[in-house]
Amino acid sequence: MATELTLTTKDFKSDQEVRWCPGCGDYAILAAVQSFLPELGIPREDIVFVSGIGCSSRFPYYLNTYGMHSIHGRAPAIATGLASSRPELSVWVVTGDGDALSIGGNHLIHALRRNVNLKILLFNNRIYGLTKGQYSPTSEVGKITKSTPMGSLDAPFNPLSLAIGAEASFVARTIDSDRKHLQSVLRAAAEHEGSALVEIYQNCNIFNDGAFDALKDPSTRDRALIPLQHGEPIRFAGDQGVFRAEDGTLFVDAVTERNEDRVLVHDAHAADPTTAFALTRLADPDTLHHTPIGVLRDVRRPAYDRLMTEQLDLAVQRQGAGDLSRLLAGGDTWVVG
Amino acid sequence: MTSRVEETGSAVGEPSGSPGSKQVRRLDRVVIRFAGDSGDGMQLTGDRFTSETAGFGNDLSTLPNFPAEIRAPAGTLPGVSSFQLHFADHDILTPGDAPNVLVAMNPAALKANLGDVPRGAEIIVNTDEFTKRALAKVGYQRDPLDDGTLAGYRVHSVPLTTLTVEALKDSGLARKDAERAKNMFALGLLSWMYHRPTEGTEKFLRTKFAKKPELAEANVTAFRAGWNYGETTESFAVSYEVAPATAAFPAGRYRNISGNLALAYGLVTAGQRLGLPLFLGSYPITPASDILHELSKHKNFGVRTFQAEDEIAGIGAALGAAFGGALGVTTTSGPGIALKSETIGLAVSLELPLVVVDIQRGGPSTGLPTKTEQADLLQAMFGRNGEAPVPIVAPATPAGCFEAAVEAARIAVTYRTPVFLLSDGYLANGSEPWRIPEPEELTPIPVEFATEPNRPDGSFWPYLRDEETLARPWAVPGTPGLEHRIGGIEKQDGTGNISYDPANHDRMVRLRQAKVDGIAVPDLEVDDPSGDADLLVLGWGSTYGPIAAGVRRVRTAGGAVAQAHLTNLNPFPANLGDVLRRYRRVLVPEMNLGQLALLLRAKYLVDARSFTQVSGMPFKAEQLATALTEELKELTGGH
Repeated sequence: MATELTLTTKDFKSDQEVRWCPGCGDYAILAAVQSFLPELGIPREDIVFVSGIGCSSRFPYYLNTYGMHSIHGRAPAIATGLASSRPELSVWVVTGDGDALSIGGNHLIHALRRNVNLKILLFNNRIYGLTKGQYSPTSEVGKITKSTPMGSLDAPFNPLSLAIGAEASFVARTIDSDRKHLQSVLRAAAEHEGSALVEIYQNCNIFNDGAFDALKDPSTRDRALIPLQHGEPIRFAGDQGVFRAEDGTLFVDAVTERNEDRVLVHDAHAADPTTAFALTRLADPDTLHHTPIGVLRDVRRPAYDRLMTEQLDLAVQRQGAGDLSRLLAGGDTWVVG
Repeated sequence: MTSRVEETGSAVGEPSGSPGSKQVRRLDRVVIRFAGDSGDGMQLTGDRFTSETAGFGNDLSTLPNFPAEIRAPAGTLPGVSSFQLHFADHDILTPGDAPNVLVAMNPAALKANLGDVPRGAEIIVNTDEFTKRALAKVGYQRDPLDDGTLAGYRVHSVPLTTLTVEALKDSGLARKDAERAKNMFALGLLSWMYHRPTEGTEKFLRTKFAKKPELAEANVTAFRAGWNYGETTESFAVSYEVAPATAAFPAGRYRNISGNLALAYGLVTAGQRLGLPLFLGSYPITPASDILHELSKHKNFGVRTFQAEDEIAGIGAALGAAFGGALGVTTTSGPGIALKSETIGLAVSLELPLVVVDIQRGGPSTGLPTKTEQADLLQAMFGRNGEAPVPIVAPATPAGCFEAAVEAARIAVTYRTPVFLLSDGYLANGSEPWRIPEPEELTPIPVEFATEPNRPDGSFWPYLRDEETLARPWAVPGTPGLEHRIGGIEKQDGTGNISYDPANHDRMVRLRQAKVDGIAVPDLEVDDPSGDADLLVLGWGSTYGPIAAGVRRVRTAGGAVAQAHLTNLNPFPANLGDVLRRYRRVLVPEMNLGQLALLLRAKYLVDARSFTQVSGMPFKAEQLATALTEELKELTGGH
């Protein structure tokens, strides 16, 4: 079936006018997703995008698939019901740092631990955009915003650390402006069975412009970004590499002939999450230096939807297909008349 | 139901011939209350006696009453758990106002329940528990068994614990384990007193303890010892017969059923009849959890149960499943509804089918988790932001929960709307005989999903409405050509696209209201046998039993009262206004502070009077009979 499909980017564009601010990073992500979806080989009608509330959550309106723009923070819960009752669908969640990590934090962690077959795209711009510029759960400490004129006091979440702590089986990070990388991560997420959390650094040019410039500016990005490739030594900026210290923590150092064989080889499939977690802690939350991008973790674990379906099948095997009359007439009964 | 025996004061016994040494009296009805510590197994004892009674063919009604604490400190008043059962040779409507027999397993149980027991009733006490320490714990200065407290009662002092341990001395059980079978001894004794069939209980015990045969045998032994004790001891000179209620029931096969079980069966049945997979998203909460437990047993019907991380996720998942074409259901109690409100509003806006079950309990906040109340009516009616009308169905009896579930699902699916099903703690845990539906009553009522574009240009509008029902098409993912996006933002009529147009919003608000207002609901039937009543008593939900029993008493005494009962509260039956205006006086009993009365007064401008109680307990028939009699006196000007 799938090979006969000849869908193009255009097929995934809805007839609705896109209404983000000019220059918003969401445009780039939308374009990347629209041009990526055809390669899934999945018919449009079998794809569903579910979102919560926030700028990013308008996303489903612009895709010519099935879609639901729901309520703040609840998209993972709604998508869980859909995915687990319709395992054959390809269900995607689009959310933001406020939607996923603040009001919806509970649903996000539980979707991840259950390993529901959802692809969760978390647009992280480190600010509240739709409510016009308050700090978010990923904003750096001391952030001056409308609601924090003297600087925010909250320590930020590290979304990928949180996801790994929540037993996520797939964790990745990418950047709105790097379409090729973004699509490579989407591809890996789509191929993964179970929950996939993809953090996408996304620029809000109105309320938090330049938040990720360190990772985009040609003069700084090489030394700030650490691209991850499964099975490859983690090296960047020509001579830089990631090493493991004796206490297990990771650090960055210059690679020399003497230490070259000790550069950490990235293993996204490692069952133990320790190294993946350590990678999430490598970046400096303020300067974003040493930010790994790519797939940090991708391990096999049975998807919730499949397990649920298997239980239904097993129940039929054990008890036989449900017989309504027999169910209702079960237990002690007596006859009148 | 031709020879309806009125549900009147105390049970009347008449001696009947018995060749044996013991006298047998015939009764038309009996109310028994088992009371003991939370750990004494009173609910199980009551359940078993109920099963025996149901199997025997009596009509019955039960009222379990237990604390919210799983094990309150032993021997204390807060730790008392009780189970009341009313059974009769005719049709009955309530678990009974006052026990004819109280079984008190300890001083706390006696103290907590004595106030409900009229003089002349029988009290069976476990004397082993009436120690100085136990008496002091509940504030008895002297032993109530011999200080005159129980004067006027027919007291049976039975050392239940000692007798049980004695009966099990050869069982090999440790004394502590043997003592735990004392509830089965009590059950055996009561089973003898009321001529209950015993095979069912023995079978039940052997199944329940299948993995521990020594416990099964010990319980059966204790049960038989209790029976034999009644048969042989002089303390019990009389036993009682309550004949099967053959005239009370239409022909059919019956079983005893609680409200929560009936509701769960109703949901399974609805899914089967509608041809939809059932998806339950739920979070454990008293007294709704049993529905989750029950439905999770029926995966072989394709029933998916999802224990969510919270109430919000429970309904969210149910709504997601509904988007995918399932019969989405969420079950909870009042505080859970508060959390689900926003998602119910989303379902109103998305116009997707969803069944929201609220097993009401005492509120506000955590309130009384194990007690009953009807105080969520206005929450169901209005508890959302914006104009968000939701149909409401409310069963009147435990068995009625079955039909209510099917009806709620039918409305949800037909009109593509969330529907409230308002049960309560009394219906949920109470039980009564239920006529099992015949297969022909379970015929399919299939749902039609949208399969084709609905516009001449080949496009699909997700909000193009059915002219009759105003329902929008249910187009589920996986259907080619019908890809569409829906959301909680106001949408343009027809296309479903985002629209902030003022005139469109006004139109959509009115359309959603009109859709709910237009739901076909059966006319309200009025029971007014004399046809000349000036007084109408109108109730809703679980007050049906006590109201009807109260009405019977008033009519028996010669009063003319009309009775009507609402099971559809949104929309109301079309003839409700006419019915209300036909009577000089309308009395509305409710287990809240007058929520239905408020709605009736607002909508129909009638001077409906409230009669309310929010004690966590159902009304008693006598209370309502008195209230109705007072109204009648006022109407006739006499005092």
